[in-house]
Amino acid sequence: MKGQDDELRARLDREAHDLAVKRRDPASPFFRGDRRRFVLRSAAAVSGIALARAAPAQAPPGAAAHDVPPDATKTPGYPLADESYGTRSQFETEVRRRFKTPTPLSSWTMTPLEAGVGIVTPSGLHFERSHGGTAVIDPARHSLYVHGMVQEPRKYSMHDLRRFPSISRMMFIECSGNGLTEWSKPTMRTVQFTHGLTSTSEWTGVPLSTILNEAGLAHGAKWLLAEGGDAAAMTRSIPIDKAMKDCFLAYGQNGEAIRPEQGHPLRLMVPGCEGNINIKWLRRIEVSDTPFMTREETSKYTDLLPDGKAVQFSLVMEAKSVITSPSGEMTLDGPGFYEITGLAWSGRGAIQRVDVSTDGGRTWRAAKLQSPVLPICHTRFRLPWKWDGGEAILQSRCVDETGYVQPTLGQLIAVRGLNGPLGSIYHLNAIQSWHVAADGKVTNVHHY
Amino acid sequence: MFTITETVVALALSMLATSALATDAREPTYGFGTRPSEAELGHFVSPLPDGRGLPQGSGSVLEGKSVYQQQCASCHGEKLTGGIGDRLIGGRGSLVNDDPKKAPVKTVESYWPYATTLFDYIKRAMPMSAPGSLTDDQVYALTAYILSQANIVSEDAIMSADTLPKVVMPNRDGFIPDHRPERFPPASRTPHQSLAIAPAAK
Repeated sequence: MKGQDDELRARLDREAHDLAVKRRDPASPFFRGDRRRFVLRSAAAVSGIALARAAPAQAPPGAAAHDVPPDATKTPGYPLADESYGTRSQFETEVRRRFKTPTPLSSWTMTPLEAGVGIVTPSGLHFERSHGGTAVIDPARHSLYVHGMVQEPRKYSMHDLRRFPSISRMMFIECSGNGLTEWSKPTMRTVQFTHGLTSTSEWTGVPLSTILNEAGLAHGAKWLLAEGGDAAAMTRSIPIDKAMKDCFLAYGQNGEAIRPEQGHPLRLMVPGCEGNINIKWLRRIEVSDTPFMTREETSKYTDLLPDGKAVQFSLVMEAKSVITSPSGEMTLDGPGFYEITGLAWSGRGAIQRVDVSTDGGRTWRAAKLQSPVLPICHTRFRLPWKWDGGEAILQSRCVDETGYVQPTLGQLIAVRGLNGPLGSIYHLNAIQSWHVAADGKVTNVHHY
Repeated sequence: MFTITETVVALALSMLATSALATDAREPTYGFGTRPSEAELGHFVSPLPDGRGLPQGSGSVLEGKSVYQQQCASCHGEKLTGGIGDRLIGGRGSLVNDDPKKAPVKTVESYWPYATTLFDYIKRAMPMSAPGSLTDDQVYALTAYILSQANIVSEDAIMSADTLPKVVMPNRDGFIPDHRPERFPPASRTPHQSLAIAPAAK
């Protein structure tokens, strides 16, 4: 085991070293130089080049490399394949980035929100959080068991599940650990790392109430255990009222089968609740009269307060918003017009309004919400802004349909305290501040 | 083929089941799937805090020490104080803390409210490289060893479906229900703190 340990550490070191090298290489998709600048300065530079370029040796993840003609109107493009699965442009380089936990088997990757447009997260950029790697499961051999306090235990194949009447729903999933390093001081440079553990997809599947009604709940049924078929056999307890209200079993994501890292072939969707409880690779539902008190709902996803007590089953993700552009590490191209845009979402329903401040919270203006504005879904907001070239602090504050107002970090700390540098770790939904310096450089700051 | 009357009755029954949550007269609307055997369901382990669902078997502290050294020490440390894996013991008294610079030490000993969770988690998810590979006896032995190193059970303790649920964890009463939503007035007009990110290390 000691050998394995050394091997893992050596691998992680190599990985970190390789990434550092790629980030300095302008030809690499991981390059972190001028490409990260605001507005399309680098695109302008590209269009000025008149020579044909051979296909790059390595295309960015999710893309295929093609030769680049000097003028695409003067030569045919590449032929249409008889059978294909499309890729993105080789010039698009945004990737999920992994938070460097000690092992890549229990880890998380974050969505590049700064590059996103609209409200849908591309399936390949949906954030990941897994506790035992990404399971590989043949749907033809996958079963869902429903048992415990039911009148008749049932076993369903994926074929069976697809026969039931289905529903689709646009919905965000957010890890309750989103922003966990940001409680006591700003630590991350980009919105990808401060807020990238939230993503939105259209999910399709079967209402859980349909499945539970088929098995028939026994008298006294109050909770159910959802168990994943991955190496962590991830388990969480869910109140039966919530299960019957709006939970569903998703086999579809954005029009196709759910992605492996999102739980292929089947994921439990628990609308508005913390990501961890949306059990991936779902293989079993056991109904009971009490919660199972699994490791994740006792020792992990609980919120420790300064008095030593921890809040348990704090499942709902409360209203939160963030400006995704301009955001950390971007550089504004001098005074003039900018569109401030970002995302707002709430686990309790639809976003009602978003206000934006450019002076650190002294004055606020209502942002325009882009339709559709859906409950428990990312909502895009926009506000035109004329930057005068002076220092500015950009903030957004949302209100959801229940009237809940997104708090400042100071307000949140006043009720949750700071028990250690990570505070109560989970459920940090405070207002984010981006500082714009006179030279246009945007940085993550705390300002409240 | 269903007649219209049969369909209406089926729908009405399903709506009734939804509203009542539980009904004695179970009437599956679709009837897809099969009934799994007891043997199939017997493979799954998910004990409740009161011990229901714990399997047969038992293990001692001494047996657990041997399994720990072979299977766990490389990640959780020879002395159970952590490494790639979580720290397992210590930290009592560290949970009451209002100091942002000092981290609370959350371990099985200081934080976990139920001993049954330890059995459940090891059984399903550990060791990370070969989850589900330990026998029930080995898992009982490991829980005995970890709980003894945490000074929660004695050196001669034997853990089983009978004894494990009776173990009283130090932080058994450390959890409170969700009290949210908290209500916040719109943000203060007078910022009282401004903190910049530390300059990049060159």
